[in-house]
Amino acid sequence: MPPISFTVNGKRETVDVAPDTPLLWVLRDTLGLTGTKFGCGIAQCGACTVHLDGVATRTCVLPISAVANKRVTTIEGLSKNRSHPVQRAWIAEDVPQCGYCQSGQIMAAAALLASKPQPTDAEIDDAMTNICRCGTYQRIRAAIHRAAKGA
Amino acid sequence: MAGSRMISRRDFLETAGAAGAGLVIGFHLPASGPFGPAPAVPFTPNAWLRLGTDESVLVMVDRSEMGQGVATALPMLLAEELDADWTKIKIEFAPANPAYANPLFGFQGTGGSTSVRAAWTPLRKAGAAAREMLVGAAAQTWGVDKAECHAERGAVVHASTKRRLTYGQLATKAAALPVPANPSLKEAKDWKILGTRVPRLDTPVKVDGSAGFGIDVKQPGLLVAVVARCPTIGGKVASFDAAKAKAVPGVKAVVQISSGVAVLADGYWYAKKGRDALDVTWDEGPNTQVSSATISHLLAERAGQPGAQVRHDGDPDATLATAATRLQADYELPFLAHATMEPMNCTAHVRADGVDVWAPTQAQQFAQGLAAKIASVPPEKVQIHTTYLGGGFGRRFEMDFIQEAVEASKAVGAPVKVVWSREDDIQHDQYRPISFHRFLAGVDASGQPVAWTHRIVAPSIMARVFPQMVKNGIDGEAVEGGVEMPYAIANVHVDYHMPDTGIVVGFWRSVNNSFNAFVVESFIDELAHAAKKDPYAYRRDLLGKAPRHLGVLNLAASKAGWGTPLPAGQARGIAVWKAFDSYVAEVAEVSLKPDGTPRVHRVVCAVDCGPVANPSIVEAQMESGIVYGLTAALGGEITIDKGRVQQSNFHNYPMVRMADMPRVEVHIVPSTDAQGGVGEPGTPPIAPAVANALFVLTGKRLRKLPIGKLA
Repeated sequence: MPPISFTVNGKRETVDVAPDTPLLWVLRDTLGLTGTKFGCGIAQCGACTVHLDGVATRTCVLPISAVANKRVTTIEGLSKNRSHPVQRAWIAEDVPQCGYCQSGQIMAAAALLASKPQPTDAEIDDAMTNICRCGTYQRIRAAIHRAAKGA
Repeated sequence: MAGSRMISRRDFLETAGAAGAGLVIGFHLPASGPFGPAPAVPFTPNAWLRLGTDESVLVMVDRSEMGQGVATALPMLLAEELDADWTKIKIEFAPANPAYANPLFGFQGTGGSTSVRAAWTPLRKAGAAAREMLVGAAAQTWGVDKAECHAERGAVVHASTKRRLTYGQLATKAAALPVPANPSLKEAKDWKILGTRVPRLDTPVKVDGSAGFGIDVKQPGLLVAVVARCPTIGGKVASFDAAKAKAVPGVKAVVQISSGVAVLADGYWYAKKGRDALDVTWDEGPNTQVSSATISHLLAERAGQPGAQVRHDGDPDATLATAATRLQADYELPFLAHATMEPMNCTAHVRADGVDVWAPTQAQQFAQGLAAKIASVPPEKVQIHTTYLGGGFGRRFEMDFIQEAVEASKAVGAPVKVVWSREDDIQHDQYRPISFHRFLAGVDASGQPVAWTHRIVAPSIMARVFPQMVKNGIDGEAVEGGVEMPYAIANVHVDYHMPDTGIVVGFWRSVNNSFNAFVVESFIDELAHAAKKDPYAYRRDLLGKAPRHLGVLNLAASKAGWGTPLPAGQARGIAVWKAFDSYVAEVAEVSLKPDGTPRVHRVVCAVDCGPVANPSIVEAQMESGIVYGLTAALGGEITIDKGRVQQSNFHNYPMVRMADMPRVEVHIVPSTDAQGGVGEPGTPPIAPAVANALFVLTGKRLRKLPIGKLA
């Protein structure tokens, strides 16, 4: 299996792993980027969401072979110093509880706002399908609306 | 029965001869060992505070942060009395140490919605004692009377001369002063931090991916283990062949441990592939004939016989015989899994001279004791490093995932991180007990209840976890809430059956309140409708001697606009419940979707938990508890076939998501009454509130949960 190269948070990475290894585990176990979380392994919960060429993507079922030469942004690369409007809004609304799903929620919200800068509640319902077991949905919704106004 | 649980756990520890710690105000940190040394930290007047010459204020958080906000609320208690500069507060999770025993348990652990109320006095006194010492140090420095000095935002001020010394400047001198035994505490009116909406300290690290959860632990030479466990509950390994697993690239070792066979590899993916390739022959054990149908049959059968009496007021039998009308109803609720977002995991490194355990655990002291036993070292040689917990809900009170990591590390002599898949998590949980309930009530000609009997049939958690607490066939926890049914009814009988279903049961957010609330609050609703009375008014009239129940009931009804018109197709339901010494009422506004399943639009929640540390966190916990209970009510059900759990992941054990989320409004009763907890009490009332609204919509009484499948 030849090494696979792709870009993570602006940095070129080359990894030598089994080609069926999901991107999630390459990020976490190979590259040490543990902000992206494992929740279900079947793309149901969204804890593993990153941006793949700018699109919100669940990485627990995405083989690394499909990521060759693509551009990946994880929660660690979303901004410097938590300055992305979504992160600022999350802080302002004090969204997280346990926090485990929040990397995925934030990446999903950032992608939503990139494509729909002023999402309606219905559009938020459609786009934000990530599971939060702590039930922070109400504050997530408020934070997305806040971020839409520039946080 | 939160109160009885605390007492009983303390009893348990006394019985077991374990060392429970008392108040630790005077507890001095050793110069080295788990607390230090730390040259920049000269002032450590108690177990929780390390005050540095660099103005740092480090608070040791001795409860597990699993989302409920203890990493903010506990430092608030200390910082208020310390008059600390809140912006300087840093936190660290405390190691396992008797100094950090939960005063309401007698051992170090997080649960039972106890954290803030248990710490309320000790942590404030810890802050106050430190403040008095700092003031004393300043007065000594200036050669003035202490009474002329006061503390404010991290400094001591001599008002008349406007002299000022910071806590960092005073730290070394303060450390030499005696620790006051009984420092005075502020009155609530003087609080600057407590009672305010202080933003959570853990929010920044939870929005940039840097918060360290158990699953994120990194160690040099770390192996990741995925464990094959018998799919049949109660089964064990008969034999296994590791050849195919070892042939998977990246797999380093295959070892048998108590719970099954661990496959260890360089990362999760390889370990999981190795586990999938592993050949194991199982001894399926005693439960191969157990199914949901046989369990339901067992429970219903037991409900036909008298149980162990837990409450008996008046003469229910005679009253029932002569009552104008009798109502009978049977209810059944399913097993439930916890499904914390972070799957179970633990990292352990067993060495000859000691053990390190990095764990998202709710029970540090038990983890320490277990690891010590497995590694054959004294407990003080076991360091427990508590990480952030990606949800707890009672699941992380258990030791199974810790035992696996310690055993696997011992077997291979390397640091090992055990990681469970979601399927492992759903299928090898300790489930919220299934339960069956039989009610018989008598009402008089005006519809008022004159007799109430409730038979509770539910497997016992305590019988496994703290068997000393089960006496004469009664698990006092299993009947919690049911036995304290608050309505003024003269003749009451509650009894209990403790069936053993073979399925392992455990603490699940709000524990047995989760089912007793549903059935009591549904059946009182049945009585109200049978009497053709408004369900809110009917409850209100029976709660005259339960003022805190009544307070939240009235507040929720009023804020919800009870009795005012709703959009066509919507109805309201109400429920009120006391759990963990807090009182919560919820009003749910519900309609039916085209497919007949419920849509909950709005939930109005009123909570009386006594004095509040942080209203934003209380509101968040009510929202959270409601979503947790709503998920269970709408779609939560673990079923069993041939001793195996049939659900496996979020596709067939569904969760409430954004689109299902009601608007939740939380109203906190201003209260100086006894404090209760907030992590769990939001959960019990939501299922009956929703079911009671559905009855108004459909005329059909829901006596079995879940109500309907989530999408």
